Amino acid sequence: MIETTGLRKSYRKKSSRRSGEDTTVDAVRGIDLAVDAGEIYGFLGPNGAGKTTTLRMLATLIRPDGGRATVAGADLFADPAEVRRRIGYVAQGGGTTDGVSAREELVLQARMHGAPKARAVRAAEDALKAFDLGEFGDRPCATYSGGQRRRVDIALGVIHEPRVLFLDEPTVGLDPASRASVWEEIKRLRTEGMTVVVTTHYLDEADALCDRVAIVDQGRVVAEGTPEALKREISGDVVLVGLADATEGVAERAAEVLRAQPYLHRLELRAEGGLRLYLDDGAAAIPRLLRALDGAGVTPGTVQLQRPSLDDVFLARTGRSLEQSA
Amino acid sequence: MKLARDTWLVFQRQLLLMIRTPVWIAVGIIQPVFYLLLFAPLLKKVLAPEGASSYADAYQVYVPGLLAVLCIFGGLFTGFSLLGELKAGVIERSRVTPVSRLALLLGRALREMVALLVQAVLITLIALPFGLRVSPLNLLLAYVLLGLLALMTSAISFGIALMVPTDAAMAPVVNTIAQPIALLSGVLLPLTLAPDWLRSAAHWNPFYWAVEGMRALFSGHAGDAVVWQGLLVVVAMTVLSVYWSARLFSTRVR
Repeated sequence: MIETTGLRKSYRKKSSRRSGEDTTVDAVRGIDLAVDAGEIYGFLGPNGAGKTTTLRMLATLIRPDGGRATVAGADLFADPAEVRRRIGYVAQGGGTTDGVSAREELVLQARMHGAPKARAVRAAEDALKAFDLGEFGDRPCATYSGGQRRRVDIALGVIHEPRVLFLDEPTVGLDPASRASVWEEIKRLRTEGMTVVVTTHYLDEADALCDRVAIVDQGRVVAEGTPEALKREISGDVVLVGLADATEGVAERAAEVLRAQPYLHRLELRAEGGLRLYLDDGAAAIPRLLRALDGAGVTPGTVQLQRPSLDDVFLARTGRSLEQSA
Repeated sequence: MKLARDTWLVFQRQLLLMIRTPVWIAVGIIQPVFYLLLFAPLLKKVLAPEGASSYADAYQVYVPGLLAVLCIFGGLFTGFSLLGELKAGVIERSRVTPVSRLALLLGRALREMVALLVQAVLITLIALPFGLRVSPLNLLLAYVLLGLLALMTSAISFGIALMVPTDAAMAPVVNTIAQPIALLSGVLLPLTLAPDWLRSAAHWNPFYWAVEGMRALFSGHAGDAVVWQGLLVVVAMTVLSVYWSARLFSTRVR
């Protein structure tokens, strides 16, 4: 449904007057993608990774500097107008006007896509039902809650029944209930055969919502696959060790002791305190870890055994934690 | 055909939004009335060198200038509404549809034109009891001129809105452009009062020609050369401004 090779975009950043030279910022440095029909595909990465720039390029809003791309069967470079006809796009901030109602916005959007008035009115009515907007759909948009507004934004994005829908950070700033309801809407669209591409910097969103994920960092895709397959790449388990004693130097001492253990693959000091250990068989290793720490005079406060998360994948590929860089 | 349809779509929405903001309409009507009632009475003496010997004469000179300044300034400041729409994502939402880019601009500029023309008609009506007399045909031609002025300045203003980053940056830019335009077109006081150098500077201001054309029409001299000269200058400027702004709309919208 979407194929890209070497998609690139850089921005000229105006320099301060003193240095006199403009610097180039490579926002997207060559992205290759293949998104299948009918899947929910996620770009996961920290802010500034190039997710939104990529999405906006695919949605014809910015012109790429180089590469090739076809979206829903139309060439992004040769025929952006045809791409526009086949896609829907919802920006992070949405795009409703405060003074009009959801119904009025839906009618206008359908008409901007070329529908005659009667058909646009019918499409708006259907969308109000499908997205469950009936209760507030005739009130001005200014009165909506964040979750209601987001549902209206998505309804606007798909009023013309596009084959591909692009959603930029669809659940930023939403409370958990609204978030779940937005996920439900997105999954419903997939069952209707739509291909959905989302950007997110939420690990759980990528994990729970997306069929496949591209992990993006510094303008490149650093890993791609189903969330399960990506996590499987990180062989073994993760053990989180919290320390009872937060005094300076204690964590370093503990790290030194544990690094000497032969069954340990990798160890990270966590920014929020404590240690993160990667090893093959967590359950079997915990007693040995505790003994080693005890021997060094360090008292562990808490010990947790975890399956690897997408953050561990990110960490393994970039050397940084997504939660810390986001 | 598609352009006309899309322009109509955008125009309808813009008009709806305006009608739903009654404060805006109230201000739009009250302000020009103040100009007529509180400023015009000062003019009889000032306009004596123009040959104005009565209030009616003064209005004949003052009203066309007031109408022109209304359209020039009203148009130049309309870009602020576009900044709001850009911020709300409304423009971006339109841009991912196949809607004509020129229509996004024209629909908005036409809304401004209609709003300003309604104000112009109101002012003309209010000025009638004070002795303003214009032949309907000349008045109609004057409104055409005003409509083009409004279209032109709106297009320029939208162009500026696309180039500046914020409201805070837009205000000084627009003011800096509007001030010399107003002073050098003789809208408030006729430039016959001005020294020679100022008058020759004014000849380089396209709006000066528009105002001169308006005055000739209001004083019943539709045949004066300045009328067709004014129209020509304004038509050319309008085409240029719309072209410039439309290009910005299609290439540069954030």
